[in-house]
Amino acid sequence: MSTTDWPLWEVFVRSRRGLAHTHAGSLHAPDAELALRNARDLYTRRGEGVSIWVVPSSAITASSPDEKDPFFEPSADKPYRHPTFYEIPEGVKHL
Amino acid sequence: MTVTVDTTAAAALALGDDALVLSHRLGEWAGHAPVLEEEVALANIALDLLGQARVLLSMAGDEDELAYLREERAFRNLQLVEQPNGDFAHTIARQLYFSAYQQLLYAGLAAGDGPFAPLAAKAVKEVAYHRDHAEQWTLRLGDGTDVSHDRMQRACDALWRFTGEMFQPVNGVDADWAGMETAWLESVGEVLRRATLTVPEGPRTGAWAAGAGRQGLHTEPFGRMLAEMQHLHRSHPGASW
Amino acid sequence: MATAATRDTAGTTAYGTPDATGDTTAYQRAFDAAVAADDRIEPRDWMPDAYRATLVRQIAQHAHSEIIGMQPEANWITRAPSLRRKAILMAKVQDEAGHGLYLYSAAETLGVSRDELLDKLHSGRQKYSSIFNYPTLTWADVGAIGWLVDGAAITNQVPLCRCSYGPYARAMVRICKEESFHQRQGYELLLALSRGTPEQHAMAQDAVDRWWWPSLMMFGPPDDASQHSAQSMAWKIKRHSNDELRQRFVDICVPQAESLGLTLPDPDLKWNEERGHHDFGPIDWTEFWDVLKGNGPCNEQRITQRRRAHDEGAWVREAAAAHAAKHHGEARHTGQTGAARA
Repeated sequence: MSTTDWPLWEVFVRSRRGLAHTHAGSLHAPDAELALRNARDLYTRRGEGVSIWVVPSSAITASSPDEKDPFFEPSADKPYRHPTFYEIPEGVKHL
Repeated sequence: MTVTVDTTAAAALALGDDALVLSHRLGEWAGHAPVLEEEVALANIALDLLGQARVLLSMAGDEDELAYLREERAFRNLQLVEQPNGDFAHTIARQLYFSAYQQLLYAGLAAGDGPFAPLAAKAVKEVAYHRDHAEQWTLRLGDGTDVSHDRMQRACDALWRFTGEMFQPVNGVDADWAGMETAWLESVGEVLRRATLTVPEGPRTGAWAAGAGRQGLHTEPFGRMLAEMQHLHRSHPGASW
Repeated sequence: MATAATRDTAGTTAYGTPDATGDTTAYQRAFDAAVAADDRIEPRDWMPDAYRATLVRQIAQHAHSEIIGMQPEANWITRAPSLRRKAILMAKVQDEAGHGLYLYSAAETLGVSRDELLDKLHSGRQKYSSIFNYPTLTWADVGAIGWLVDGAAITNQVPLCRCSYGPYARAMVRICKEESFHQRQGYELLLALSRGTPEQHAMAQDAVDRWWWPSLMMFGPPDDASQHSAQSMAWKIKRHSNDELRQRFVDICVPQAESLGLTLPDPDLKWNEERGHHDFGPIDWTEFWDVLKGNGPCNEQRITQRRRAHDEGAWVREAAAAHAAKHHGEARHTGQTGAARA
């Protein structure tokens, strides 16, 4: 049956101009061209998109949930990266 | 040329019946497609065509009366679109032949200022996609496995005889029929060659083979198709749904 | 770092699994805490095997129901009595194929392939909703399916949008949004029949008579006889009990039936002031179990058609795969395949 197994593709849709592509879901297709067309038929049939990306699922590299702490926690204790960290006297504008 | 309302209505009927009948045939695929993704694709095409049919039939009268209460001989569609689905290769060959024709026709009508220009402007985008879908699959079936190549070649050969009729001028439709035919032969031929298929050589005109659907002469499978399509509506005369 | 962000088809052996000692305590604690906090579990998180198995079973059954569910309605596409109704019905059946696809994708994030799941459906090892083993005998059945069957499905599905498993919940959000038209078109269809000719009215009543009880069975066996319910509720895969949802559905349908001018086929159906709910008659669970076992009017027919479509499509899928293998890496339309430039 392996000859009929079409690979899996991840679909990203730009819902309108000015917005980024976001992950919409996935589908099976034998190649990139049909993947793009299947994505158009499946994920934009109610006018949800103006542009589509398809990416073979196997081509995506992801962070592992096991690395969650070393990856993402160190950024949680650096409040000076956020504007709310700083106190500005009342009445100062455009800052 | 002065185009009367009656001429326009008759022309709308011819184009509308093409879309109606092909949409019906594609609707028969629901639940039978070779892969789920293709269920969605075929239904999209069927829905586009049904939308076109409704606009066109409404230009000629009441859409439901026209669709459900005419006898077989009053239908003006091409014999090509009434041909049964056959296997997926036959459906794709029918799609390729018809969508290539429809794309040329609507592109021309959209550029003009006749009564069909507004519909054509919208439909030409739809049929460009239908054509692309048919082309993609023709390439994959033609240049896929030996089995798919043979099936696709058989389908192209079998439906070839119905393609001449498409370029029979329709009164009230302002088109360069001869130019369209040349362009059609070129573009379909190019797709078939890329798909490693042989361009069929059989006759495309003459006798019963072509030039009949537009005059109300259809093939055997069409009567059955209409019987199924119309029976419920006809069983309840005057009812609303 | 690992490959495959959204799924790990090799299973969970590489990541998010306990070390060589096999100690799962910490993982189990983290999982329990996430579920308790109404956080979502995502594909590559560690999860108990039984949780994974339950999800695969439930999502697969849900996906199978969508695609088998196309059949009873597709049965009427070619006979739809007006072009407007025909367009609506085609769009609805198409949605069901789409919903099947969303759900198979969600199941695939758990490490099973769609082919595996289809194989299990075709060989009878996985089930689909029993409701689709009933026949659509008249046009009114299309309306009854929309109103009652989709209505029951929506009652079941809305809480699933908050299911603890992220991909399933997200698929359900999309599905519920798209399905909102399904129920309304069914109701509108029945209303047209109910207010139509006497023959049409009778057709509508007959359809409601046949579909009412099977729709109530869609919520599954009573709570005390439901084998998976308690654990699924604890895992927040399921949010309400079968009986709770069934009662909610009955309460919603009674006034809707009145507005339709149709009756529900249950002499015991009446408002209970004390409970604040409608009482209804006993459900024939023998019929439910019998249909589930394969003895419904259409079990054989549905699965045969499904298998035939799959088998007859094999050469098409093979052809496309062979074509892709031959032309691998060849980008014919670079403008379209170069996603980054889009």
